[in-house]
Amino acid sequence: MRRAGLVLLAAGALFGAWTATAARGESAPRSALAARGAELYAESCQSCHGIDGAGIAAPGAVHGVGDVAGFGPSLRGVGAQAADFYLRTGYMPLRDPSAQPRRSHVEFSPGQIRALTAYVASLAPGPGIPAPHPVQGSLSAGMSLFVENCAGCHQAVATGGYVPDAVAPPLGQSSARDIAEAVRIGPNLMPRFSRSRLSDAQLDSLIAYVLYARAPDDRGGISLGHVGPVPEGFVAWLMAGVVLVGVCVAVARRPA
Amino acid sequence: MRRAELTVAALLLLAAASAAGFVVVYALDSIGHQTQLLGLTLGAAFACVAAALVVAGRHLVPVEDGEDEYGSPAPEAVDQVAEVVEEGAVRMRRRRLLAGAGAAAGAAIGAALLAPVVSLGPAFDLAALARTPWRRGRRLVDEAGAPIPAAAVRPDEFVTAFPEGADPEEIGSPVILVRLDPARLRLPAARRTWAPEGIVGYSKICTHAGCAIALYRAPLFEPAEQPPGLVCPCHYSTFDPATGGTVVFGPAGRALPQLPIRIDRQGNLRAGGTFSGPVGPSWWGVRRGRATS
Amino acid sequence: MIRPVVRALDERTHAAPFGVRALRYLFPDHWSFLLGEVALYTFIVLVATGTYLALFFHPSTAQVVYHGSYAPLDGTRMTEAYRSTVQLSLDVRAGLLMRQTHHWAADVFVAAIAIHLMRIVFTGAFRKPRELTYYVGLTILVLALLEGYLGYSLVDDLLSGMGLAIGYAVALSIPFVGANIGQLIWGGPFPGTADFWSRMYIAHVFLLPLLIATLIAIHLVLVAALHHTQFGGGRRTERRLVGLPAYPAQAARSLGLMFAVFAVLFLLGGLVQINPIWLWGPYHVADGTNGAQPDWYLGWLIGALRLMPSFDVTILDYTVIPNPFWGGVLFPGLVFGTLYAWPSIERRFSGDRARHNLLDRPRDVRWRTATAAGFLSWVFLIFLAGSADRAYVLFGWSYETQLQIYRVLVFVLPPVVFWLTLKVCDELRRNEEVSRRRREAEAEARAAANRA
Repeated sequence: MRRAGLVLLAAGALFGAWTATAARGESAPRSALAARGAELYAESCQSCHGIDGAGIAAPGAVHGVGDVAGFGPSLRGVGAQAADFYLRTGYMPLRDPSAQPRRSHVEFSPGQIRALTAYVASLAPGPGIPAPHPVQGSLSAGMSLFVENCAGCHQAVATGGYVPDAVAPPLGQSSARDIAEAVRIGPNLMPRFSRSRLSDAQLDSLIAYVLYARAPDDRGGISLGHVGPVPEGFVAWLMAGVVLVGVCVAVARRPA
Repeated sequence: MRRAELTVAALLLLAAASAAGFVVVYALDSIGHQTQLLGLTLGAAFACVAAALVVAGRHLVPVEDGEDEYGSPAPEAVDQVAEVVEEGAVRMRRRRLLAGAGAAAGAAIGAALLAPVVSLGPAFDLAALARTPWRRGRRLVDEAGAPIPAAAVRPDEFVTAFPEGADPEEIGSPVILVRLDPARLRLPAARRTWAPEGIVGYSKICTHAGCAIALYRAPLFEPAEQPPGLVCPCHYSTFDPATGGTVVFGPAGRALPQLPIRIDRQGNLRAGGTFSGPVGPSWWGVRRGRATS
Repeated sequence: MIRPVVRALDERTHAAPFGVRALRYLFPDHWSFLLGEVALYTFIVLVATGTYLALFFHPSTAQVVYHGSYAPLDGTRMTEAYRSTVQLSLDVRAGLLMRQTHHWAADVFVAAIAIHLMRIVFTGAFRKPRELTYYVGLTILVLALLEGYLGYSLVDDLLSGMGLAIGYAVALSIPFVGANIGQLIWGGPFPGTADFWSRMYIAHVFLLPLLIATLIAIHLVLVAALHHTQFGGGRRTERRLVGLPAYPAQAARSLGLMFAVFAVLFLLGGLVQINPIWLWGPYHVADGTNGAQPDWYLGWLIGALRLMPSFDVTILDYTVIPNPFWGGVLFPGLVFGTLYAWPSIERRFSGDRARHNLLDRPRDVRWRTATAAGFLSWVFLIFLAGSADRAYVLFGWSYETQLQIYRVLVFVLPPVVFWLTLKVCDELRRNEEVSRRRREAEAEARAAANRA
């Protein structure tokens, strides 16, 4: 009887310790990967995202790389999905916290990215890295979805667009995983689309369309960037116009 | 001269070959880049003829200036014309009466012939401009016609909604729904009940020039980014959903009409009435604050 | 071989005397006098390719579901107008060539008229006795803008549908009668009834081409009746015209130019993609895309619409002048009003009421040249402002800052261009004067040396 009680007590204590540490998160037993990630985080991310990913609401005393006063959102609960997206695209690290994160040079090696992702995922439960299957999607469903939900910012064939006061980037370099992650996260000024709004099957179709839009059906000839009438006007004036004026000059020339 | 003749002949034969090429390309059932090849062959045929004509014009035909006189006004002929016309009216005494009556007939017949133009559209009945399909209690549905539960509108997301049973292609139909933190809402006093759980609905048609407001600016981290906004892609008019659709950027001159939203017993969204103001671009005399019918 | 044919024709038409005059008719010779012809030949291509398109296009707003050869549109709801255009583009042999050539020709038609108009203004060809010719030509330009707008709007794709909404808003913004006019044309509130599509179609394939062709004919008759203007110099005077006869010299050149225009247009139509409507998708009232623009000849209006600060002119609760009025009605009204009034304005300021058959060199009429240059720079600047959003996407220049800069430049740049143009004209004339004096001095020195 007494031994059973001791076992229960010990179990209870262990359980209590486990839930306590799980709630705090930071000192939960971490994988080696996440531990390595924690080190990288402290070097490169903490000045904006705060200790243990708590976030810094306003620029304050903490200064980071380049002596920039850091501030940034909390990373608790964003999960591996967000970390993977921001790091693999080079959106992060961001030199100036007020600037718009853009696709740029990727600072970290794939191993480092995995470590950082594991660390961010360990902070609090959050979405994992999505695994889209665009080949299972329908191109026509994807086009409809894209026009209804995305073209307003990213333009009808994803050449990018302007949103006051930021750029909705062109998607020609985005992989299926990038698109899936961005749709679910809604980075920067982009709205987000959860599973109830856009199911995984619909997302597959959407991605299929975006991938198609990289090299769409251009049987009409040189595509001029798929942006519409502005480059066409340039061609009309600077190619046709110049050539035809040149023809007029040539036609009117007298023999010597 | 001789070389020019040969050049012209060669160019014309080349044009013939190119034109034949066009027909061949056209006749082939499957050929890659058919449009490009058709354009190339036909364009080349025309270009060769053009070059042949230019060479001929320069070297094969006499190129000599001639001289001529510019015409000048002919006062005698003008007088004669005037005389002939006046002679025609020599037997008319009451010229003014005839002219006036003729003008009256002409004007009246002209106006009469123009009258049926009014059948083209309700030019004198502008009430339709203020009508929309929205009524109190009408359910909001998505593109597929399915009702929209309140839970489907999540923070940082936007949903396009239409009135159940109505034509989605009317400009009064599309509505854009977003969910904001209720503590942030600064709606006009009369609209305090229009946003249950912070869900606000606005006409999706911009009040500037009628394009669809297809952008929702949803900041991830507000301290470093712009606040939420509904943006039109045509001229970038931006409306603040937290303050009743007021214009915060761009050329729109009137706030975005808001639709009162309520949540029914099944948890689906319904309209609580009609829009707060006219939908779409403004017109002369539009009552800005008057609700749609 | 020619004589029997001509005799046979003359017996049946009595046209030989006219034929003699026509064949011997003289054309003053300068490359810039051929620009109008470029527009004329482009019009021929427009009519020919347009007729071909009309044999396939269905001007119907009936809703259909696409099940054609283009996979991304499979199952999509669209109008029959859009569907028939997609089918013409993707499934009719040579259909895409004809459609693209037609659209390129429309862009080039307006550009050619614009270049021709610039030549007319800068050389003073609009002066008496050619004011009527000028007004007719200007009207052709206005109609060409409308014709092009209707043409690409008939297709009912996403881009042109958005453009129609803006056209509707501009119509509505006309004070007093805007809403009435809008309801009349559209048959009701936007997007209008099926009747509206019939109206666009008939206007585009029949009414406007007929009107434009008639005006072109009147324009050419007037040019021929008054004879073409010429630059001075040599034996050319206000009375004496020096030029090439219609046949054979001018005919060879003009025909050569005509085929060159055909060549350029069909080459563009085959090689450079224009308006790939299958990529935009059909228009729906609830849809929009970023970066939508009208064709270039309406792009100047987009710049104006975007530059205007946010305000509707209101009295209490009533809207009196909606915002699109300034950029969509007043601005083009000002531009075309100025163009129509240009001959009268110049007559008033210069006091010159004489008839002119000789053209001015732009440098010799510095006031006109500078005013025209300033005016052109004003319009072009507003046109550029319409591309500020793409400039932001491509180069990262802040959109708001660009707008602010443009808003200042539209007041500052035209006077600067005006002043600069005056200076350039003066400089060119000064250089000529110097060269002339030097040549005279050298000739004198040589003569003196010969005498010695």
